[in-house]
Amino acid sequence: MSHLTVSGLRKSYGGMEVVAGLDLDLEPGVCFGLLGPNGAGKTTTLRLCLGLTDPDAGDIRMLGFPVPGRAREARRRVGVVSQVDNLDPDFTVRENLLVYGRYFGLASRDLEARLPGLLEFAGLTARGESRIQALSGGMKRRLTLARALVNDPQLIFLDEPSTGLDPQARHLIWERLRKLTSEGRTILLTTHFMDEAERLCHRVAIIDHGRKIAEGAPRDLVAQHIEPQVVEVYGDGAESWADGYGRGASERCEKTGETVFCYTRDADAIVHRLERDPRLRYLHRPANLEDVFLKLTGRELRD
Amino acid sequence: MPASHLSLPRLSLRFVHVWRRNRLVWKKLAIPSMLGNLADPMLYMLGLGYGLGAMLPEVGGMAYITFLAAGTVCSSTMMSASFESMYSSFSRMHVQRTWDAIMIAPVLLEDVIVGEAVWAASKAFLSGTAVLVVAAALGLVGSALALWVLPLVFLTGLAFAGLGLVMTSLSPSYDFFMYYFTLAVTPMMLASGVFFPVEQLPGWLQTAAHALPLTHAIALARPLMTDTVPEAIGAHLTVLAAYAAVSLYAALVLARRRLLE
Repeated sequence: MSHLTVSGLRKSYGGMEVVAGLDLDLEPGVCFGLLGPNGAGKTTTLRLCLGLTDPDAGDIRMLGFPVPGRAREARRRVGVVSQVDNLDPDFTVRENLLVYGRYFGLASRDLEARLPGLLEFAGLTARGESRIQALSGGMKRRLTLARALVNDPQLIFLDEPSTGLDPQARHLIWERLRKLTSEGRTILLTTHFMDEAERLCHRVAIIDHGRKIAEGAPRDLVAQHIEPQVVEVYGDGAESWADGYGRGASERCEKTGETVFCYTRDADAIVHRLERDPRLRYLHRPANLEDVFLKLTGRELRD
Repeated sequence: MPASHLSLPRLSLRFVHVWRRNRLVWKKLAIPSMLGNLADPMLYMLGLGYGLGAMLPEVGGMAYITFLAAGTVCSSTMMSASFESMYSSFSRMHVQRTWDAIMIAPVLLEDVIVGEAVWAASKAFLSGTAVLVVAAALGLVGSALALWVLPLVFLTGLAFAGLGLVMTSLSPSYDFFMYYFTLAVTPMMLASGVFFPVEQLPGWLQTAAHALPLTHAIALARPLMTDTVPEAIGAHLTVLAAYAAVSLYAALVLARRRLLE
């Protein structure tokens, strides 16, 4: 049985359709990425799934319960890491976990027993008595993740879990998330970091304007939607280089900011030519999920 | 507004989790918090009671300080419940996002609202009780009949907590609460019989005063503290209970509109 199924989900705010007929299906143990530009409807979708907002149309089933009708019961085995930090600033690290566990109706004795494991998972064993204000951004995120595990959830929602973290902290969070899926827990993750989605997610759905525009394993999406090689060209002369040569030598050539992206099956000729042009810097790399994302959602700025 | 926002609350004992959270925070600062709550009303009661009272004959058939004691019990209850349900609840709801964190656990918004209200009423109970104890120590309490003031103080606290939570659910910022204090709390302090009998007011203002919850709290507390069984107990309690019930329902609907959209 799927841990989360969503079909025909719709939600409008003031005449604007934020979620416009979305279907999702999360098998147990999968790490599923919901990708989309700002304002694509990711956070609204999570709120709808949790039963915090009523949909205009559509069906949601979470861990066997209909949502929003029995969302509260479903949330007993769900963990959530939300986008904004809402750790309790009045409490220490330990108290945050204890008090949060009580909201699930867990007895203090059971919670005390779970606490060392949670602190270890968060890498905060030595910081149990620290106040929240004394923690770094990475520690707070890890504590929020540990807090989301206090009820031993089957399904975990993560809304942009690594936003604002330094590379070390991101890698640590990723390692912890992989551990959770290897334990058989299901993860629904929103992000707009494509490298994060590519590393972590078994499946991703790209959504824009509230609609799903692609879904599949990251590698399959890359193979399906994009030429396998990319040459990025930077610098003052990049645009004229593209007009004079790059556009003709590649299958597809696009410009974002001051960078020209040449998508091609075989980049040898392009690279060969760039090597002889000292004015231009370039990067030759395999295509990735970000290329798919930009192709499908466009390159203009979103707010 | 969707119809589901108007649905009646699904009440449960889960509100206790929210109440315990707030108590755990308060425990860390209990003594200064208690003293801070007590100092202001005591200064008014003692200053006016003994200072002004020395110049007055009887007020309402008793020494002025005795008259003032019942009013101070009720007004400090009102103040304590109002501050907690506005400034403190607003911090938790809007600034710290504590309510958001609670609502992604299997706890409903009605549990949060009831937990906050019962917590504010509990703090108000402590404030009112502290004034009552000091009044008793000063010999200003007539008999053990005054023990009935304790449940009355809790109910009064709940009514003002409900009103405060309505303001909290509407408020864009802390500044907004000044309107409520200026337009509701201060007039109530003056018109509800804290400092002088309601009967001293012009007729139309007396009628208005009888619509205010503080008037009904004092109408019960003052006889109870001077060894007299109050009149119209049922009517006074009904008004207070209605204020509590209606304001809490309104606070829930407004909070749903604010947080669950």
